[in-house]
Amino acid sequence: MLPRLLSNDLPRSRLLAVLLIGIVVALLLTPFAIPGVKALNVAAKIMVFIVLVASFDLLLGYTGIVSFAHTMFFGIGAYGVAIACTRLGSDLGALLIGIGAALAVSLVLALAIGLFSLRVRAIFFAMITLAFASAFQTLASQLSDFTGGEDGINFRPPEWLTPSFSISETPFLGVDLDGRLICYYLLFATTVALFLTLLRIVNSPFGRVLQAIRENEFRAEAIGYRVVVYRTLSSVISALIACLAGVMLAVWLRYNGPDASLSFEIMLDILLIVVIGGMGTLHGAVIGAALFVIAQSYLQELLKLAHEGLSALPVLAALFTPDRWMLWLGVLFVLSVYYFPSGIVGKLRRTG
Amino acid sequence: MSTPAKPAVAPAVPTQRDIDWAPLLLVPALMLLALPLVGAPSTWVTLTVAGLAMGMIVFVIASGLTLVFGLMDVLHFGHGVFIALGAFVATSVFAAMGGLAGADALLPNLVAVFAAMAAAMAAATIVGLVFERLLVRPVYGLHLKQILITMGGMIIGEELIKTVWGAQQIPFELPPTLRGAFTFGDAMIEKYRVLAIVIGLIVFALLAWTLNRTKIGLLVRAGVENGEMVEALGYRIRRLFVAVFAAGSALAGLGGVLWGLYQQNVVPQMGAQVNVLIFIVIIIGGLGSTAGALIGALLVGLMANYAGYLAPKVALFSNIALMVAVLLWRPSGVFPVANR
Amino acid sequence: MSNAANAPRLTLSGVHTHIGAYHILHGVDLAVPRGQLTLLLGRNGAGKTTTLRTIMGLWKASSGNITFDGRDLNALPTPQRARLGIAYVPESMGIFADLTVKENLMLAAHAARHAGELDAARLEWIFAKFPAVKTFWNYPAGKLSGGQKQMVSVARALVEPRELLIVDEPSKGLAPAIIDNLIDTFCELKAQGVTILLVEQNLEFARRLGDTVAVMDDGRVVHAGAMAAFVEDDALQQELMGLAL
Repeated sequence: MLPRLLSNDLPRSRLLAVLLIGIVVALLLTPFAIPGVKALNVAAKIMVFIVLVASFDLLLGYTGIVSFAHTMFFGIGAYGVAIACTRLGSDLGALLIGIGAALAVSLVLALAIGLFSLRVRAIFFAMITLAFASAFQTLASQLSDFTGGEDGINFRPPEWLTPSFSISETPFLGVDLDGRLICYYLLFATTVALFLTLLRIVNSPFGRVLQAIRENEFRAEAIGYRVVVYRTLSSVISALIACLAGVMLAVWLRYNGPDASLSFEIMLDILLIVVIGGMGTLHGAVIGAALFVIAQSYLQELLKLAHEGLSALPVLAALFTPDRWMLWLGVLFVLSVYYFPSGIVGKLRRTG
Repeated sequence: MSTPAKPAVAPAVPTQRDIDWAPLLLVPALMLLALPLVGAPSTWVTLTVAGLAMGMIVFVIASGLTLVFGLMDVLHFGHGVFIALGAFVATSVFAAMGGLAGADALLPNLVAVFAAMAAAMAAATIVGLVFERLLVRPVYGLHLKQILITMGGMIIGEELIKTVWGAQQIPFELPPTLRGAFTFGDAMIEKYRVLAIVIGLIVFALLAWTLNRTKIGLLVRAGVENGEMVEALGYRIRRLFVAVFAAGSALAGLGGVLWGLYQQNVVPQMGAQVNVLIFIVIIIGGLGSTAGALIGALLVGLMANYAGYLAPKVALFSNIALMVAVLLWRPSGVFPVANR
Repeated sequence: MSNAANAPRLTLSGVHTHIGAYHILHGVDLAVPRGQLTLLLGRNGAGKTTTLRTIMGLWKASSGNITFDGRDLNALPTPQRARLGIAYVPESMGIFADLTVKENLMLAAHAARHAGELDAARLEWIFAKFPAVKTFWNYPAGKLSGGQKQMVSVARALVEPRELLIVDEPSKGLAPAIIDNLIDTFCELKAQGVTILLVEQNLEFARRLGDTVAVMDDGRVVHAGAMAAFVEDDALQQELMGLAL
């Protein structure tokens, strides 16, 4: 049963399996086990990033395509529901229309970029997607009537997803049973469903062709696969799932803005998580996202401590302020690409 | 097995250097196209000069990067950091030479500007050599890792700049005699833009001379086309590459000074912002083509200024539209060089 | 090295080469005698071009030894091998299309900083052999026809004296008159003491030039010997190459 659900793509390392089960159980139990809004927000962010990073890994790890436009699709999903819910009202219909429209826009854009890149040399792809993403980001902050500009949009999702909706008057295990909880478990179910779908895709014959292309494009072409078709399909699937991750984010935050879903920093986070977790393995996305989001949420406080501890040495202190968080991420990133190219999952699988 | 030798076709006498004119006409074509859209000729002149100035600055930055791409097929995503480095070094030089930079006389002002440029280029060269050694050399031939590592290098560089100079925007004002504009009738032409164009032209002339008249330049061009053969002739392409990388970084540093003075302020993120423009320029021009980079840069500069005036909200999209149009016409850029 | 004058100029022993996941050379043994022209024959895909590229270091030998005048080449990168006096004319000709014919030749002369510093007498000799080089001296090499490019490619290898000339299928696509010129040139080079290793499919050309012959099949040298004997032995030719000269 379980192997079939996981498309026979098992962790293949005892420690990895323990970690994965631990993360899933922790996410499942967070609302009841850890009190406080912060923990719940961290857990929700982990789930969003699992989907976002796993969909990116389909491109980077499995197909060998570097795209910087992934946050664009993430943002489209988030803006889709945010705009639909503000314009059309806070009901399920509006939410679904928003999701549908966002998916349609993502599909068209992904196809357009994919087909356009066919005409040009493959190594242009990364640069072209970077240009598209930054243009899209500018556009989103310029069209303030529509997108709320730099400030973004605060919106109300359907009421049964908000804290004001209550399932039962009596708390269960000390936790209020409200719409927030429904929202959380909806996110959880979506994450599981999308992750298993991605697992199915990469372990299907289609996924194997993608990996053959990554290994040797010319050989794959010579065997008779239409490399361009597979590449385009892969980027379309990846874009659609990123779009859904954006939907998850916006519904959870009840907000979307350029910094929340489009910023280049998020793109870097995605890259970092993929590399640290392990390129070309979806389990890496789970491990990487969990580690990264927790580190991001709690390490900055650690840096603050280090900064205060080093206040006698101004030069070092300047390097260890929470503001320089990105510096250490960058260093970590470079080091992991060098010494750790298969990421945590690769490492664990080798040590057994 | 004996394949009868195909008789060589009687040689059609090739023309000596027939120039591919069509791309060269793009720049004036864009200017003419903008004239009726902009309307007032005086506004058009101002915008055109601004566009050409921006184009020349972008060219200075892009020229080195296109050779880095072309020569070793290195996907270098960290070029932007040298732009910011150059600009920030220049602000420090200005601060240190306050007397010269603030004097109300042309000569001391120019001395300050050129000192700032020299310092920026020197700093960018040194950091460029370190960057090449630490980040680029270990990933020769590995495209994916090149993108990731050089991107990581850019993040680190940007953060280090923030550590040294602070994260906030720093004003970078022109020396007094370079401020203001010449007026011709209704048209205003800012003095600094003329200076930027002149410096850009000097850089182009020096580059063209180096690439066409010196042995090292010819080797670089040969290497862009066929690096393996350059090696088989007895030259170490990696040494050439290091030289090109250092020179490219220096040019990015110079471009950063020009760009900072053009914007009259500098921010640590300026490198990443300009990077996008640079990529568009290189793609339009064709990887490895200096002449292509010039045309691409001028088109991008003009487009940015015309679109900024006509439809400011979609200014960046106009450049992407330009890139798409050019690539639909010539998929490898206007002057494809490398036959890889 | 006691008998240096008779020792082969270039020796390959047990050379294996992998290209990516593919194992192309399976232990090539080859001796190229000093001052002679050695022909490398074999079917398409037998590994001839890979052998030449491995000698130049353009593919790295994964095992085995390559020695040139007693020096181990394996450790040397391509440019240093070239500087030992090895010139290479690849099958693709390796012309720099964007550069003029003059600039193409100038780059092959290591010490020359510009075309004015090329050896004038040698240049005249090259012009006499390959008039096209002179005719199109100042033209971008990319504008030339295939045969003319081939001339430029060979001329480029000759612009300075070399110890060893490695040439991959020079006669491909050439008019008979030009082939005669090429044969003359190789004969003169031999007379000057230059060692030549030649891959050639044009057997007429091969027969007129070769001193020794090595036949490759499936990444190995399957026959090596004197050209004269090989030319006589129709049965051997049939067996090795599936056709007679």
